[in-house]
Amino acid sequence: MHDYEQWSGFQGRIWKDEVNVRDFIQRNYHPYDGDESFLAGPTEATNKLWGALQKLQKEERAKGGVLDCETKVVTGLTAYGPGYIDENLKDLEQIVGLQTDKPLKRAFMPYGGIKMAIQAAETYGYEIDPELKKIFTEYMTTHNDAVFSAYTPEMRLARKTHVVTGLPDTYGRGRIVGDYRRVALYGIDYLIEAKQNDLNNCGCGNMYDEVIRLREEIAMQIKALKGMKEMAKLYGCDISQPARNAKEACQWLYFGYLAAVKTQNGAAMSVGRISTFLDIYFERDLANGVLTEQEAQEIIDHMTMKFRMVKFARIPSYNQLFSGDPTWATLEVAGIGMDGRSMVTKTDYRFLHTLENMGPSPEPNLTVLYSSALNDNFKRYASKISINTSSIQYENDDVMKPVWGDDYSICCCVSATQTGKEIQFFGARANLGKTLLYAINGGFDEKHRIQCGPRYAPITSEYLDYDEVIAKYEVWLDWLADIYVNVLNLIHYMHDKYYYEAAEMALIDTDVRRTFATGIAGFSHVVDSLSAIKYAKVRVIRDEDGISKDFEIEGDFPKYGNDDDRADEIGVWLLKTFLEKIKRRHTYRNSEPTTSLLTITSNVVYGEATGAMPNGRAAFTPFSPGASPSYGAEQNGLLASLNSVAKIPYHWALDGISNTQTISPDALGHSVDERKVNLVQVMDGYFDQGAHHLNVNVFGTEKLIDAMEHPEKEEYANFTIRVSGYAVKFIDLTKKQQLDVIARTCHKML
Amino acid sequence: MNNDNKIIGHIHSHETFGLVDGPGVRYVVFLQGCRMRCQYCHNPETWALSGGEEWTPEALLQRCLRYRPYWKDNGGITVSGGEPLLQMDFLTQFFRLAKGQGVHTTLDTAGNPFTREQPFLGKFETLMQYTDLVMLDLKQTDPAAHKSLTGWDNGNILDMARWLSDHSKAMWIRRVLVPGLTDDEGELSGLRRFVDSLLTVERLEILPYHTMGLFKWEKLGIPYPLDGVEPPTEEQIKKAETVLGIQN
Repeated sequence: MHDYEQWSGFQGRIWKDEVNVRDFIQRNYHPYDGDESFLAGPTEATNKLWGALQKLQKEERAKGGVLDCETKVVTGLTAYGPGYIDENLKDLEQIVGLQTDKPLKRAFMPYGGIKMAIQAAETYGYEIDPELKKIFTEYMTTHNDAVFSAYTPEMRLARKTHVVTGLPDTYGRGRIVGDYRRVALYGIDYLIEAKQNDLNNCGCGNMYDEVIRLREEIAMQIKALKGMKEMAKLYGCDISQPARNAKEACQWLYFGYLAAVKTQNGAAMSVGRISTFLDIYFERDLANGVLTEQEAQEIIDHMTMKFRMVKFARIPSYNQLFSGDPTWATLEVAGIGMDGRSMVTKTDYRFLHTLENMGPSPEPNLTVLYSSALNDNFKRYASKISINTSSIQYENDDVMKPVWGDDYSICCCVSATQTGKEIQFFGARANLGKTLLYAINGGFDEKHRIQCGPRYAPITSEYLDYDEVIAKYEVWLDWLADIYVNVLNLIHYMHDKYYYEAAEMALIDTDVRRTFATGIAGFSHVVDSLSAIKYAKVRVIRDEDGISKDFEIEGDFPKYGNDDDRADEIGVWLLKTFLEKIKRRHTYRNSEPTTSLLTITSNVVYGEATGAMPNGRAAFTPFSPGASPSYGAEQNGLLASLNSVAKIPYHWALDGISNTQTISPDALGHSVDERKVNLVQVMDGYFDQGAHHLNVNVFGTEKLIDAMEHPEKEEYANFTIRVSGYAVKFIDLTKKQQLDVIARTCHKML
Repeated sequence: MNNDNKIIGHIHSHETFGLVDGPGVRYVVFLQGCRMRCQYCHNPETWALSGGEEWTPEALLQRCLRYRPYWKDNGGITVSGGEPLLQMDFLTQFFRLAKGQGVHTTLDTAGNPFTREQPFLGKFETLMQYTDLVMLDLKQTDPAAHKSLTGWDNGNILDMARWLSDHSKAMWIRRVLVPGLTDDEGELSGLRRFVDSLLTVERLEILPYHTMGLFKWEKLGIPYPLDGVEPPTEEQIKKAETVLGIQN
């Protein structure tokens, strides 16, 4: 059994014998049930560094979104020399390490697709070294090239019409969270030894596809671990051994994360669930009298500052999908352990407190794993932070824990995976709204004016008949599920082959479980459309080609978002039906199929690709995001809307059900104390009904409009809002998306 | 009890998320119908004495109870309007059923129908048995100003406050603050004196006038009497709070 002096004072033995961070946490953490009064404000060093970083962020915005871009050196663990926020302030940095040699400078990351890497640079006025272009175009295959070489014509067509859309074929798939805590707890040498043992035990000597592939993958992981040590050395740190104290624990852990963001530009690069783990180190140092609260907070502030700095070079079409330059450096706090003890520690408070010490920020994507059983002190503190910053999201630990245990991380915006034991194949979305139009129009695409998919008979009647629509829709959903799953199988095969996440996978068990995360776009519009067809009379208005261009609704119909079972049950049916069709298909590497109702900001792009729908939604206008009700559909206030969303069973959408709501501060109560308590009650009531996720924004529409019109005002520089599953600085959104956010219901009572 | 089932309420709308209409999180039912014609009314569409959705007290309560998870130990239901006291039979039965389920009940009224005459008073006494809190909107204490603002006298309204105080009924007194119309210092001092003379006022609240209901007047084609009047500034609100002795 290993026993390091760095572990002195830590209890337990299982975690010493094997890589088992959960066991370490459960044996050693102490829940904290007090309030926030112990917290310390920012130190002078924090203010200086944060000031310098804000200046850089301002310059970045002034330069059109990118401050600097690497053009000559391909990214890698040790590709770039050490970088600091400010050379003159580098001694102040408690936690060091940047993706490149300069702050906010974007690395050259060609493996996901050389075309995209070139285009991203060119968009911001940079030219990639011609020699590198040649190497990655002529001599090497990148993920994007490989995927497109294997696509069938039908797949290309479905992609072009956006009936399947947002696919990770032009960007890294992301959503794989390394267990970065392992670097701190074990040190790299222990981890290499464990992986070497896995390699020795991989297969019995018979070489067939799975064994060969896995052996190669483990070998790449070991190489990545060795690279991490070299990377840390550039900053003068030796991470071969376990961390000795809290500062080292944060630094070691951060190096693990840095290795991931230096080598992968995934759409989501989560940090994971680290607060309770780190708290054990802070508590030990505080008890030993070698650390003050002020110093503890400074370390967390500086670490968080680094998470706020993660950047990737993106192409314009990506920015339209995921607006505001997000990285989903998602970081979770709170939750309740399997044994019933709260997992809230002082460090959970410290992470939320960064939003007070350094102001609101979209990253890291701070997520509270919520349960009404968490103690009131913590719930009220989180609620207060929400009201003041609109920067955090809430996810229901009570529904996730039975599925994922008590050591899961949020791997993108809202999706859970077991930390270090599980990865996800990210699958973007299938456009269920467009598919309904295919059912009506026989697969003739209403926007691109081409046939997409088989020439099934269209509906020709003037008025839509519910049974006929459902029968045809089911056939088309089958077609959709088929092409969608196959597209994803192909993409993930190629991603594994050409852009394998060696650094992240090195910090995950070799015997890993995989989920296959599909997603749904257009949910609320389909539900309302089917409800309109069922409960009102819907007349199709067709153009000269006989294709629907609009719908006329006679009479009233129940709409999703009003706690009306007639509409909400259609939603549940739709989700279940689609998931069943997905589940029937073979999924790559025997991954477990899941689905989601979450669209990020891509609801705008998906909507723009989709014609008028039978619920009265105008052609080519944004969808509502995620599981949120259609715009203007909610007629009974916020809680009716929440109740509708809460009816969607989480176990049929294990990848997440995202809901974004904006509440006017005046509607939330008269005083700060009242608002704080009221918001807690809203969340208790919502999550106790089994709902999964809630983004909470607290501000009025007036503020959004003013920020859109006057982005130069100082007060809006860090004005953060929650959108579907993440947070953005409002002024970084495209104008279209700003208008879309403004158009959504802001819940206030007249 | 069979007869009770025949009681029908005329409901203008529902708000499931009321956080400023009584204690805690509340389900607010807006009843149809009001006789007052307040110049700043933000719900003029509730004036008409007929129309609205028809609900039985039983069905309405079932609807409300879906929101019990949000109420915890301080929320509940609030009936507002329109003027709820115009549908007293329905209201009483609704509150009686709610109390049977242990739900906190709040009546949000302007008191206009109140009288000590029978049969009103007898019915009102019964209603009060099932009402936990009355939120009384005192639009003006000065009779002439009240008449000009709402078209009605306020003698019976002030009398209702007195009656509630005499019968130990908890009250919140509210005042819509319209600059130049309801924020005269003398008037506010008068309001404070009156409130001080009552024994059961738990809270005195200012509701700052807003123009978010303006579009409804336009929609209904009614000329808006307060055209051009701006909501009170923070400063004006602070000043009124000082006069009224409200501490935040």
